[in-house]
Amino acid sequence: MERSGGDQGPHLPAPSLWPVGFAVGIVCILAGLVVSWPAVAAGALITVIFGFLWVRDATTEHRRMDLHEEPAGGPAPARRSVEPIPAHKGEAAMPAPHDEAEIDRFPRNKFLEGATLGLGAAIGGIVTLPVLGFAVLPAFTDQETEEVDVGTLGDYPEGEWRIATFLEDPDAGEVSRRTAYVRNNGPLEGRPSFTVVSNRCVHLGCPVQPGGPSEEDKKKIVRGEGGTQVELTPTQPSNFGCPCHGGAYDIEGNRTAGPPVRALDRYEFSIRNGRLFLGKTYSVSEVQGEGKDARIKRYRLAGPGQHVDGLESWLYPIQPPE
Amino acid sequence: MPRRKSARRQKLEQLIAYPIDWLEERSGLIGGLRYFLLRKVPGDTSWWHTLGSATLTAFIVQTVTGVVLAMYYKPDPDKAYESIRFITDDLTFGWLVRGMHRWGASVFIILMFFHMARVFLFGAYKYPRELNWIIGVLLLVLGMLEGFTGYLLPWDQTAYWATVVGINLNGTAPFLGPFLAQFLQGGAEIGNETLSRFYAMHMLLIPGGLFALIGLHLYLVIRLGVSSPPWSPEAAGEERVEAPPEGRAGLVQPGPRGGYAK
Ligand code: HEM
Ligand code: FES
Repeated sequence: MERSGGDQGPHLPAPSLWPVGFAVGIVCILAGLVVSWPAVAAGALITVIFGFLWVRDATTEHRRMDLHEEPAGGPAPARRSVEPIPAHKGEAAMPAPHDEAEIDRFPRNKFLEGATLGLGAAIGGIVTLPVLGFAVLPAFTDQETEEVDVGTLGDYPEGEWRIATFLEDPDAGEVSRRTAYVRNNGPLEGRPSFTVVSNRCVHLGCPVQPGGPSEEDKKKIVRGEGGTQVELTPTQPSNFGCPCHGGAYDIEGNRTAGPPVRALDRYEFSIRNGRLFLGKTYSVSEVQGEGKDARIKRYRLAGPGQHVDGLESWLYPIQPPE
Repeated sequence: MPRRKSARRQKLEQLIAYPIDWLEERSGLIGGLRYFLLRKVPGDTSWWHTLGSATLTAFIVQTVTGVVLAMYYKPDPDKAYESIRFITDDLTFGWLVRGMHRWGASVFIILMFFHMARVFLFGAYKYPRELNWIIGVLLLVLGMLEGFTGYLLPWDQTAYWATVVGINLNGTAPFLGPFLAQFLQGGAEIGNETLSRFYAMHMLLIPGGLFALIGLHLYLVIRLGVSSPPWSPEAAGEERVEAPPEGRAGLVQPGPRGGYAK
């Protein structure tokens, strides 16, 4: 494209093949994020090299101009020379200043202009900030959840699974319905031990289902302290599975197949006056062993799809306050 | 042969012209409208160039049906599902308006993509229209957000779980993802706040942005004019052809004014 000279018309950079390599690099990075880290590194290298070549290519003309072409009279006018419209032909909104006195007043105009803009910005800020804060902050404050009473220890026979569904916040209604898979593991060092697995899929949050028969007809409704209602359904799962994208978990919640990135979340629990209370949920990367002997690699609660260990967890360095 | 107009007819014309002139003198709107409607476009614009207006039409249909739906829809977790059922089953023509809005949403998105494809394949995004491409990309994003937020409003199982998955998908974005998800949910978990928030975004925030950007988009279309197709002898960067060029080979033989040679 030979257009550098007289500079009429659109000013376009010369065609270049480097962007193709640049794009290949980007694709390499993206594919690498899925398959392997070395591919990411290779992609990054390709991207940087071709990006550099591209930028160099695209700017040669400018750089050459800086070196040789600066004529004495400054840069040539960029536009096609358009005759200015004589004042008496166009419609001027204001007469142009024509004597010295008027030009002298300019600093005051400038001040007024600045003051108007400054005041306007201040007023705009004063109005916008609280509104923005109101839109954003309530989602991050006061997110405490109460413990939920899910029945007496007698409601959970040793060695059996129960599907427990309950309202986490009765005031909020059905949207706060949660489901946990609860198994009484029997006493551990003299104290009761439970496995309480959340049914929220750690891929993208669908409800995980038990792999095994559930006895709907033996569903029992127990009432907790403070009027909570908990439905308990006996079930005999041999694993867990997610209907949305086929995520599969073993009986301790370890991921065995599909897109989930870690093991199923679990509930903290406590026992008071012979009753079982479920508290906060926390995230788990992996469980070794089974039942009461399980060793749980525990992390702060993270959203579905977020890695809690390994390199990928670096992508989520800060979590919203709990 | 021009016939002389009768006095009656002249009077009638004056009567019609009067309010138009009145408006024009005080606002310049008529001139603007004439400029807009009677502006010149390249001789070889084709049906492909109508995809943008088709998208605009789909958007207007969404606006009108959406406003009517808002008269009956209740953005309350306890009432939303029931109000949608009421619109669909009980209200006269409710099924029709809801159907138009629901199917029209897909039509709008699909048309946007078709329009974008035409702009891309025609190279119509090039100088001096880059800015309009950028505005178009923002329109595309806002349009899809409109689809995402609207999908939750029926508050049924599909809506709920699709939104759970959609929000969590946003949550996996690096660094700010968790915050974005929590902002969209209006709390640590999807809940009642989520519905109100999606309603506000779907009804007010995003349409506001769309209106503004569509305004800018059309302003630029009018200011810059639409580009002619790449096969046009009037295409940018082409030498001006006064007579049909001789001996040009190829599948398409461009004629003098961009029509195909016979
Ligand atoms: C709300 C959605 C949109 C509406 C209502 C809309 C409307 C229009 C209309 C009416 C035109 C006139 C020419 C034509 O119809 O082809 C146009 C041109 C254009 N649009 Fe859009 N558009 C939308 C979205 C987009 C998107 C998603 C892109 C690309 C990312 C885009 C890029 C452009 C460009 C570059 C032009 C100039 C084309 C030319 O001058 O030939 N628009 N748009
Ligand atoms: S949400 Fe469970 S597999 Fe995708």
